Amino acid sequence: MALESLDIRRRSASQTSPPRVRRRAEVAKLIDISRCIGCKACQAACMEWNDVRDDIGALGGSSYDNPIDLTDRSWTVMRFYEEEVGDRGLQWLIVKDGCLHCADPGCLKACPAPGAIVQYSNGIVDFQQDNCIGCGYCQTGCPFDIPRYGVTDGKAYKCTLCSDRVAVGLEPACIKTCPTQALSFGTKEDMIDIANGRVVELRERGFDQAAVYDPQGVSGTHVVYVMPHGDPALYRMPREASISPLVRLWRSSFARSLGVVTMVAVVIAGFFHWMKVGPVDPDAPDAPDARPPREGE
Amino acid sequence: MANETLRPATPEERRRGFATTRPPDAVQRYSTGERLTHWAVALAYVVLFLSGLALFHPFFYWLSLGFGTPTFMRILHPFVGVALAVLFAAYAARLWRENLLLPSDRAWMRGALGYVNGREETPVEGKYNAGQKAMYWSMIVMILGLLVTGILVWRPYFAPSVPLLGRRIAMVIHAIFAFIMFVGIGIHIYAAIWTRGSVRAMTRGWVTRRWARYHHPGWYDRMSRREPVR
Repeated sequence: MALESLDIRRRSASQTSPPRVRRRAEVAKLIDISRCIGCKACQAACMEWNDVRDDIGALGGSSYDNPIDLTDRSWTVMRFYEEEVGDRGLQWLIVKDGCLHCADPGCLKACPAPGAIVQYSNGIVDFQQDNCIGCGYCQTGCPFDIPRYGVTDGKAYKCTLCSDRVAVGLEPACIKTCPTQALSFGTKEDMIDIANGRVVELRERGFDQAAVYDPQGVSGTHVVYVMPHGDPALYRMPREASISPLVRLWRSSFARSLGVVTMVAVVIAGFFHWMKVGPVDPDAPDAPDARPPREGE
Repeated sequence: MANETLRPATPEERRRGFATTRPPDAVQRYSTGERLTHWAVALAYVVLFLSGLALFHPFFYWLSLGFGTPTFMRILHPFVGVALAVLFAAYAARLWRENLLLPSDRAWMRGALGYVNGREETPVEGKYNAGQKAMYWSMIVMILGLLVTGILVWRPYFAPSVPLLGRRIAMVIHAIFAFIMFVGIGIHIYAAIWTRGSVRAMTRGWVTRRWARYHHPGWYDRMSRREPVR
């Protein structure tokens, strides 16, 4: 839920422009995986600020993941992966999972409910649950499998990037609490600069593959990662993140408009066919009997 | 039908043209059960079409207000969908034998374009012409496809256990099949209005002898043997 009203860049299922007179600098959250110690303070801060409490679950059995997945009340989750990475041997990879706030959001593209998903001029993608109808299309549209539905209310939830805090000039709660500066927040430009600098440092320390994760398949994201081992697949992130071509086809305004125009054309074709040919009516007084009854029939 | 009431329409009745009351020699085309099932399917289709259209294109989102709230419409749609599939299955099960394709259907299809442009209809062998049979079999494919893909994306009951790729494919097929179904139903409704007497056949159950002889001579021969005059 948001406080902004005048700086909306995109609004789901809307034909006309949303109010967009105000423009703000594009923001980003930087997650430096090489600095993360997996303390889960960001998870706790997220629960605290947003005032949501998940049910107490169980450990998955193979790692420290707790809760083991994102839910309607756990908007960020630390994921722990044990990976053999080349000659570095066993590595413990810790990934803070949550919405990446795509510049080209698949959830917003798929959403059929006007205004249930908005994108602010600062790049934050926010769900407006009072407009949400619970259809699940945003899950189909998301390239990162992020949105989760409430069991009792059937509404979709995810990380808001603390849009309420950012709107009044504060950083997101997870950023404020991170004890190792694995998380930073600022303009997208600054975050990319810091990330690039960090990659140079990591490469000097022997992490030859270190890279910034800002997938261009979704026109970049407003949550960017520094990945010390480079390959996104090690961190269970898609190498080529983009909105599925199936979703693009299904929700493209061209395909949808073509469908509607064709349906209208069927109705119009019937109307003009009637005007040209008129009805077939064997019962009309002047209609010839197709096969007059035989004698005694 | 009691045989003693059967007699050919009088010249006076014939002059009146389109019959609104049942002529004594009318031929029964659809039983009460068939008609009620047909119209139950039709009502379910209207609900599904309006709600599906609201979800398909935001231009029609206002239709969702006709259901009370958009969320309620979203919840209702799949339940009505299952109801339509069940009702249609009951309807289709009574009609399949009459819809088996015959060699003569090929000739009817060749003459179809001329027929819709005002020329004589190619004689039909069975109870249904080749166009009606095409409608019957395409609706079986479309409704089955819509049922399966709809279940795959049915939140909250089935969608959570379906992989995202499966749900994406299902959504595309669901939209395409719904579109084909609308075009099919559009042609179906128009054809029924265009061939006068067909709507009456499905609302009242009977057709006139001239209607039967004109549109379905083969079926008429069989029926008139079963319902002899005098």
